[in-house]
Amino acid sequence: MDAQPVTEPIMIKIEQVNKTFGEVGSGTIALQDITLDVAQGEFVSIVGPSGCGKSTLLRIIADLISPSSGSVSVLEKSPRQARLDRDYGFVFQSPTLLEWRSVLKNVELPLEVMHGAKAEWKTRALQMLEMVGLKDFQHHYPWQLSGGMQQRASIARALAFDPALLLMDEPFGALDEFTRERMNLELLNIWEKTHKTLVFVTHSIAEAVFLSSRVVVMTPRPGKIATVIPVDLPYPRTFETRESDRFFELVTQVRETLKEEFVGSGTLPLGGDV
Amino acid sequence: MAKSLAIADSALSRQSTRNGNQVRRVVAFVAIVVILVVLWEGAKALFALPDYKLPHILSIFEALARPTPKGMTLWVLLGDTLYTGGEAVLGFVLGGVTGFLLAVLFVHVKPAERGLLPYVIASQTVPIIAIAPMIVVGIGRMGAPPWLAKSIIAAYLTFFPVTINVLRGLTSVHQDQLALMHSYAASKAQIFFKVRLPASVPFLFTALKISATASVIGAIIGELPVGSTRGLGVQLVIGSQYNTFNPGFLWATILMAALLGLVFYGIVALVERWVVRWRAPIRED
Repeated sequence: MDAQPVTEPIMIKIEQVNKTFGEVGSGTIALQDITLDVAQGEFVSIVGPSGCGKSTLLRIIADLISPSSGSVSVLEKSPRQARLDRDYGFVFQSPTLLEWRSVLKNVELPLEVMHGAKAEWKTRALQMLEMVGLKDFQHHYPWQLSGGMQQRASIARALAFDPALLLMDEPFGALDEFTRERMNLELLNIWEKTHKTLVFVTHSIAEAVFLSSRVVVMTPRPGKIATVIPVDLPYPRTFETRESDRFFELVTQVRETLKEEFVGSGTLPLGGDV
Repeated sequence: MAKSLAIADSALSRQSTRNGNQVRRVVAFVAIVVILVVLWEGAKALFALPDYKLPHILSIFEALARPTPKGMTLWVLLGDTLYTGGEAVLGFVLGGVTGFLLAVLFVHVKPAERGLLPYVIASQTVPIIAIAPMIVVGIGRMGAPPWLAKSIIAAYLTFFPVTINVLRGLTSVHQDQLALMHSYAASKAQIFFKVRLPASVPFLFTALKISATASVIGAIIGELPVGSTRGLGVQLVIGSQYNTFNPGFLWATILMAALLGLVFYGIVALVERWVVRWRAPIRED
């Protein structure tokens, strides 16, 4: 990390990936012809309406689902090898904490599973809790925390074993607008501190633009990449970033892309979730 | 800071409502006892029921106080209650362990579930009264101590709720919790011990509470066949034979059996509260 190369090496390489659920031919095509590179240290958001396959794509990178065709590599390895090597941390839409463990024990879970040195579990977990501002709640059980706090705990857990890559599947989707905006700032803070590569799935255009260095716009039926928009807003981003003209332009650009795709495919963007 | 204050505050108000609940609970208990006594004695007077059909409540307590060659009836019955209780506890443990292991087997070996589950279910539809004598005689012939057969019958009634509930509990794990463990490249054993097993614990306790009372019934049924010498089942048989002479005694025995079941259930419920203390309390308001 010390010697910064001029061009960042590729962290994730996705080529011609297709995914069909059910029988090939008659099944539902979830992903079609997905090709995408993510460079090391990048913050990439994948945005699109429900059913565009963005979560499926993330789970394929994580080797939680396998693609029907095409190739994926993570750190020049197969996703399976990357998973076995514990190269990534995954944050789910629901905090997915284990209800019977205290916050501290939840954050220690990956270290426990990975047989790290037992003496370091607690120190490391406490560091992570401190970073997400939950140190005072280490002995609480998950039900005693608010939704936002639970999700912070789950982010601390994903960071606990220090993976190079963080995959986040609509982590703030269930939170209210205010909490979500605060969490966005905290996440950027963590990203800047830890130099992780981040792939972030969301259905919020504003969130995608605010957070990332590149926004991948996906459209549904079949799920494919409509366009990739580089975000030239300077880091560190603040509350003011959301009020800048450039922010609005980029949000509009993403929205227009989605609208065009809907008009193009003859599907009206009515009803929201499909 | 404000958050922890709020938590402390709500803990305080919970404390005061708890005291209120306690008072309400005592009042409810007394009310129910009064209603039961009125119904009991009312029915006896209204339908002119003779003592061998329904004795006076007081005569049940008289029967308990009556002296016998072996001491006061209460102490004799208490001895039998402890004996039956011991059989029930052993049966509860045997059945619980068996039921649990069956559930673990079924979760991991699908053909075993498909092949064996019908027999497990069928085993519970067979009237236990019909097979109890066979078990008692069969095991007696093998030279086992007499209490073992009774414990096995208790286990027979105990294992089923455990198997069914634990099976449900082990498979009730949230898909994403499994995906999470998968993302850590966790081993099957780690997934079992760190996720499936703890997730099944609340289900296990639901089963154990049913099994606690069932094991008492099982032990008593095991004591009914001729040849048994100790336990509440034996006293029930004696009580019904001498019911016309001493109607209070049968009911006194029934009372002891009911108390045994209650105590057993209560112990399991207490252990549950201690083990599953990570659970969100169910709001009563």
